[in-house]
Amino acid sequence: MRAAINFIAGLIFSLGLLISGMANPAKVQNFLDLAGTFDPSLIFVMLGAVVVTLIGYLFVLRRPRPLLAERFLVPSLKDIDGRLVVGSGLFGIGWGLSGFCPGPAITSLPLLAKGTLIFVPAMLIGIGLARILTQASVPGGRVIPATSGED
Amino acid sequence: MDPTITDFTPVAATLGGILIGLSAVLLMAFNGRIAGISGIVGRLLPPYAGNEVGGAALFVLGLLAAPLLYAVFAGAPFAQTVSANAALMAGAGVLVGFGAGLGGGCTSGHGVCGIARLSPRSLVATAIFMATGFATVFVMRHLLGS
Repeated sequence: MRAAINFIAGLIFSLGLLISGMANPAKVQNFLDLAGTFDPSLIFVMLGAVVVTLIGYLFVLRRPRPLLAERFLVPSLKDIDGRLVVGSGLFGIGWGLSGFCPGPAITSLPLLAKGTLIFVPAMLIGIGLARILTQASVPGGRVIPATSGED
Repeated sequence: MDPTITDFTPVAATLGGILIGLSAVLLMAFNGRIAGISGIVGRLLPPYAGNEVGGAALFVLGLLAAPLLYAVFAGAPFAQTVSANAALMAGAGVLVGFGAGLGGGCTSGHGVCGIARLSPRSLVATAIFMATGFATVFVMRHLLGS
């Protein structure tokens, strides 16, 4: 049952990226191009997603535990540290250069565009490098996995 | 038409956003997990200790299945314009992966789930990647003219 939920959640998420047009890097780059071919669609995607998630989480997180798991795995980090600032800054540069972030890039794999087939392996290398760096800088090794934050 | 020009599609964008939100709520309600794609993809990489590779793999399979479903219902494959500049896409991929890994999240984890939890970290992260995204496209398109 948990397995089915994972698959269905991935499917719905990806359909959302396709229907909203966010799986098209040109649309994302046009959102980021305020001085040129600006396309505000991304704002509406985020608004729709955030409002539904906010209302849903209000009900869901009030429950003692998830329906199919022991507990809610919600990030507990509070500090606004250098990693968050530098990481998000670099992320935005790569996002602007390509028009891709992780969800749309993975969703685009079956469409087999040359740029996607280069981007996704490079992204996996990047995630791996971040993990190596963050684990190396924690005394005693892997205390805080690189993606233990908001994911 | 110039493929880099895209139409403003507020209705489709809102509908798609609602689907993304439903996915996030579903994953939290049943499995107690944040729908953060960089984190889920990261769980496919070692080390695997207690990280539920199988669940992450099924979520990714769901992501991959959607374009096929879309093509069946829309009658045509999803149309997109992806840069074929190998060096640019390789560099951008590393930056996106490394940045999301270091910053603890991406557009979905910080931008949707984190903001929906009113997490100060996610609000700051989203503001920063939006800012560097705007700046990057400005430099690329208007200063370098590519």
